[in-house]
Amino acid sequence: MIFATVGTQLVFPRLIGALDRIAGAHGLEMIAQTCDPAPGTRHIECHQHIAPVDFDALFARAELVVGHAGIGTILTARKLGKPLLLLPRRASLGEHRNDHQMATARFVARFPGIRIAWGENELEEKILERDPPVPEFGASPERNRLIARVREFLLQD
Amino acid sequence: MSLTAPVRRKRILAVASGGGHWEELLLLRPAFEDQDVLFATTLAGLAERAGLTRHAMLPDCNADQKLAALRCTLAAAWLLLRFRPQVIISTGALPGFIVMAIGKAFGARTIWIDSIANAEEFSAAGAHARRVADLRLSQWPDVADAGHAEYAGNLL
Repeated sequence: MIFATVGTQLVFPRLIGALDRIAGAHGLEMIAQTCDPAPGTRHIECHQHIAPVDFDALFARAELVVGHAGIGTILTARKLGKPLLLLPRRASLGEHRNDHQMATARFVARFPGIRIAWGENELEEKILERDPPVPEFGASPERNRLIARVREFLLQD
Repeated sequence: MSLTAPVRRKRILAVASGGGHWEELLLLRPAFEDQDVLFATTLAGLAERAGLTRHAMLPDCNADQKLAALRCTLAAAWLLLRFRPQVIISTGALPGFIVMAIGKAFGARTIWIDSIANAEEFSAAGAHARRVADLRLSQWPDVADAGHAEYAGNLL
């Protein structure tokens, strides 16, 4: 099963529409969280919203997760060890208020297990690829540094 | 019997909207989880999923929703009156800023960590937080420099 998510705030019909075509063309099982009450899909099981515990269960069951380039999606994939394919939202298409998801995608493209589709036309080939790379996240000195700084500050009198 | 002096724990309010903001806040938990922590968020079920027993809900809002922002402000004031945090820590977004702004007026020390999603400029709430945050961090060195904030690492 492939699980798709667009986050909790905004619809993303460019992603969901492309996935619906791909699911239909190749007979793939897909479940999607869409934010959209009427996504108009024919081949995907769609839910406007999914309760957090159920969301994690679907995420964990999926062989591959396809999503927008949101931090929540990326951190959940890391938490659950799932291969991730991201289509960043574009401000020019009215998909977000600015292009910060493009910057996020450029940054996380370096992590093994995260692939980027820079346009919806790149989704099909990447979804059909066998054995998507397994995510690996090593030790994070930068994260530990941030935690230490916050701790130091909040324990001051 | 412990031979060490009892450590006085700080009352900490950790607040973030649902989605990436919340996941980032959870990654920061090692910084404060041994303190007296209350979590607050905007989406039902998030705190339960994280196994957190002490948590509160806030109405979600964004800058385009005046009425929702007012509801969030009232809920934030009520929460702050009950919990009286010594430190408020937020990873965004607008509800976190509202809690921080009111809490600052109540005398709390405040820490804003702008989301790592904001790689090119501060979020709108994070820019406003300059006026109310005692410690204001960006997870990007260039954004921190340009935004009169501090860089001290990132969560990815």
